[in-house]
Amino acid sequence: MTDAAIQNRALVNTGLAEMLKGGVIMDVVTPEQARIAEEAGAVAVMALERVPADIRAQGGVARMSDPDLIDGIIKAVSIPVMAKARIGHFVEAQVLEALGVDYIDESEVLSPADYVNHIDKTAFRVPFVCGATNLGEALRRITEGASMIRSKGEAGTGDVSEAMRHLRTILGEIRALGAKSDDELFVAAKELAAPYELVRRVAKEGKLPVVLFVAGGVATPADAAMMMQLGADGVFVGSGIFKSGNPAERAKAIVEATTHYDDAARIAEVSRGLGEAMVGINVADVPAPHRLAERGW
Amino acid sequence: MVTGRGNGAARMVTIGVLALQGAVREHERMLDGLGVATRRVRVPSQLDGLDGLVLPGGESTAIARLARPSGLLTAIRDRIDAGFPVFGTCAGLILLADDVADPGGLVGLPTIGGLDVTVRRNAYGAQLASGEADVELSAGALVAAHDVGVALPRYEDRNGSVHPVGRDDRAVDEPSTMRGVFIRAPRIERVGAGVQVLGTREYEPVAIRSGAVFACTFHPEIVPDPALHALWLGGV
Repeated sequence: MTDAAIQNRALVNTGLAEMLKGGVIMDVVTPEQARIAEEAGAVAVMALERVPADIRAQGGVARMSDPDLIDGIIKAVSIPVMAKARIGHFVEAQVLEALGVDYIDESEVLSPADYVNHIDKTAFRVPFVCGATNLGEALRRITEGASMIRSKGEAGTGDVSEAMRHLRTILGEIRALGAKSDDELFVAAKELAAPYELVRRVAKEGKLPVVLFVAGGVATPADAAMMMQLGADGVFVGSGIFKSGNPAERAKAIVEATTHYDDAARIAEVSRGLGEAMVGINVADVPAPHRLAERGW
Repeated sequence: MVTGRGNGAARMVTIGVLALQGAVREHERMLDGLGVATRRVRVPSQLDGLDGLVLPGGESTAIARLARPSGLLTAIRDRIDAGFPVFGTCAGLILLADDVADPGGLVGLPTIGGLDVTVRRNAYGAQLASGEADVELSAGALVAAHDVGVALPRYEDRNGSVHPVGRDDRAVDEPSTMRGVFIRAPRIERVGAGVQVLGTREYEPVAIRSGAVFACTFHPEIVPDPALHALWLGGV
């Protein structure tokens, strides 16, 4: 693949994320769950072996999923299929590209393979989504070739507070950049540890150059709608659906609430009778070494 | 402000953008650049008073699922049958098609229909098969659109200058090319008798029209070329 051919992927790869806007991307571990997600109106599914709540509970090294599982999920649905590679594990990413997934999530939910470098995503034809806790991190991932950003939140907790913090941080830092004069943007770029040209573009346009979803802790329709009201382009729901009492109904309700995020009566309606939400863990009770959001830099 | 039919007085046009999910913002930006007002449509009552409706790219299964409780897609179809102008891109085309081959997750969901074509979803394959390609806009189709009473496809920008559709060197009586971005795109496998082909990719139809309904398999909303939007608006 020539550089030119990869360059030309930028628009189709950021474009696919644009098409997912206003939608919900759901973690699934079986083809059956993938079909439930598609029937509920998910815009894409994330194929993985264990949802983050189980990774957290069971511990050990979390890696890319078995190709058979990913193939099974690709065959089960007609919506895009994403899959996770470990941070810095470029061969897992090569394998996922060879399997024909539609998007790779270089994810802190899995155990990092490299504590210094992220994957050089510009070397791939398949698009990547990456997590970020702040604007500098988001811009570094975009520089490395990410076509989509998601705020990290704290996966597998069902506690929306970290998702809230990361989304507010990213959007707040974008707003702050917009208030700076041209000659202050050089230092802003230094402080964000991100390329000046990209920082200037964000300051001028008032938004990231790629789609910004939210992830990590969304468990209810109201959680999803709150993220949309704050300015997220869409929502990832991990453990929140299939770790709840009634996954099919909860999935539909979260999809509805994400679209009709500014219609409180509608959100009330879809929130009725969903059964138990995932039990959840308060992020404050998770010891710092076990916080996934601190992986990646 | 879009120029009205012929040289008649310009009027304010309001175009709806189906906003259940997908590339809503991109269509709004394109329409705004063409000088028309836009309104987001999520429920049937928001269709009232519109001069036309854009169906954006997105996931057709998600859009059809989200529209079902309010009967929005049926309401759109009723208006199409009464001559309401609609422009669908990618997922929008799938929702407009009378026949969807290999419908996958769309099975059992009401769509819009009304466009006598057969489309196949994700016909090129997964995201790795997505790409850019030149779309040949056919001179005949553009001229024919003019002959049946569609206004000359020209638009006035915010500064008051009038441009022909697309690039300045493009004329309605000559074939021309536009940049097509195909993202997990559908393919049009059959075109019914009343459907005109407006654009082709390697001789395959990728942009079509039937009366006031226009559709394409690619995403004109994410490239800075308003040719198809302007052509469609010419008839609104």
